[in-house]
Amino acid sequence: MNLIMIAYYAMSVFLIGLIVWNILREKKNYDDLLLYLIVLIPLVLRVLRVK
Amino acid sequence: MRHEWLFKTGVFAVFLALIIAGGIPLYRHRHFQMPVMLSPAVTKVAKLSEYCAGLRGTMADTNVYFLEGKEAGGKVLLMSNTHANEPAGLLASLIFLENARVDKGSLIIIPEFNSSASRNTRPGDGYPLYYEIQTGWGNIKFAMGNRDASPLDQWPDPDVYIHFPDKQMLSFIDARNTNRTWPGRPNGPLMERVTFAAMEIMRKEKIDLALDVHGAETMFPVTNCIVAPEKSARIATLASLTVKAMEGFESHVEPSPSGFRGLSHREIGDYSETLPFLLEAPIPFLDQPTGAKTVRLLLDGKDRFLLSLAKQKKLFVPYDETGWPMEKRVGQHCSVALEIIRQYSKKIPERAIRVLDVPHFAELVKNGVGYYFHDPTINKN
Repeated sequence: MNLIMIAYYAMSVFLIGLIVWNILREKKNYDDLLLYLIVLIPLVLRVLRVK
Repeated sequence: MRHEWLFKTGVFAVFLALIIAGGIPLYRHRHFQMPVMLSPAVTKVAKLSEYCAGLRGTMADTNVYFLEGKEAGGKVLLMSNTHANEPAGLLASLIFLENARVDKGSLIIIPEFNSSASRNTRPGDGYPLYYEIQTGWGNIKFAMGNRDASPLDQWPDPDVYIHFPDKQMLSFIDARNTNRTWPGRPNGPLMERVTFAAMEIMRKEKIDLALDVHGAETMFPVTNCIVAPEKSARIATLASLTVKAMEGFESHVEPSPSGFRGLSHREIGDYSETLPFLLEAPIPFLDQPTGAKTVRLLLDGKDRFLLSLAKQKKLFVPYDETGWPMEKRVGQHCSVALEIIRQYSKKIPERAIRVLDVPHFAELVKNGVGYYFHDPTINKN
C-alpha cells in the first residue's frame, strides 16, 4: 500500500511536469491552456497533501 | 510573443490564486483542533495507537478518554464520528465527556473515532466546513467531517473492498468507511487498523457495552432506532420501550443482519464478549432531496422538500414544520445511551455502571445543546 501511495505521488509529480511543459509550449490555443490548468488543480492539491 | 507571455502569466496567477484561496481553508479544516473541556471525572487520556501500533503517527490516531469510577463495575465504550458527517453523535459524546461523573464502573469515550474522516469534507455535495453551537458564553466551532476517511490517509481505493475476514465483497468506498471495516486487522489498510484497535480495547479492557452513535436519513428505513444483534436485543428492547414510555420519544429496535459484514453492531458481538449497540437518530441534512446543504439545515433539520415528502408518507420518521433540531437528536442519543447502561446494570448488578450528571432528552430539548458545553476560559480547577 505504501509503495502504491509513493508511486501515485511520483506519477502526480510527473503529470504536473508534463502539463506545465505543455502549457509553456502552447502558443496558439488558449482554450487548451485553460484546460491544462483545470486538470492541474487536483494534482497540485494532492501533491501538497491538501485534498 | 510578449502578448503570449503576458497572457500565460496572468492565467497562471489566477490559477495560483484559486489554489491558494481553495487550498488554505481545506488545509485549516484538516488540521482543525476540536475544542474539548474535559470533565473532572476524566482519569486518563490514551491514544488509539496504544492498542494498535500501526496507527502511530497517522491521521487516524485519536484520543481515548477514560472516566473511571471509584467503585469497580462494568465498562462501557462510547464511540462517535464513526461517520463524521453525522454530528449529533459527536455532540452527544462530548456532552458525556464534559459533564459525566462516574460513580461505579468505567466510561470510555472516543469522540473522533474516524479521525481522518473528521478532517475530510465533501465539497461536491456542498458540505459546510464548520458549524457553530450557541452557548451562554459564546459560540463553539466544530468541523463538519465526511462519511469516509480522507484519501490522503488511505489510498488507493480497491475496485471492490473485500471484507476481512469474511471475504464479502463490498463497495470500493467502504474500504475507507469505519463502519464496514470491523473487526479489522493490525496490518490491514488504515481503517481496518482503526477498528482493530477498538476491538483490542474491548478485549483488553473487558468492555461490557459498546455504543456506536450515528445519524441516518429520514428516507432510510434504518433510522431513529437502536441496531442490535441477537445477544444485545433484550437490553435494546427494554431501553427502547423505556424511553418511549418514560421520555416520550420513539427509538425502535432493528435486528443486526448476520449476512451483512463489517458493521460494528455485527462484528463487535461476533469477535468479542462485548454487547454492541448502534444508535441512529434522524439527520435530514443527509437526505438527498433537500434544499441547499447549509449549516442551518444541519442544525434545525427543517426542509420544505422533506416536508412535502412527509405529507406523501415517503419518510420513515414523523416530520413536520419543526424539522428535526439538533437538540432533539442529541437528546435521543444521550437518553438511549443512559438507558442501555441502566438496563445492563439492572440485569448484571456486579457489572453495573453508574453515570451521573448527563442530561436526558427533555433537558436537552429545553436547554439546547450549547447549555452543556463549558467555557474553556473558566478554569474549573
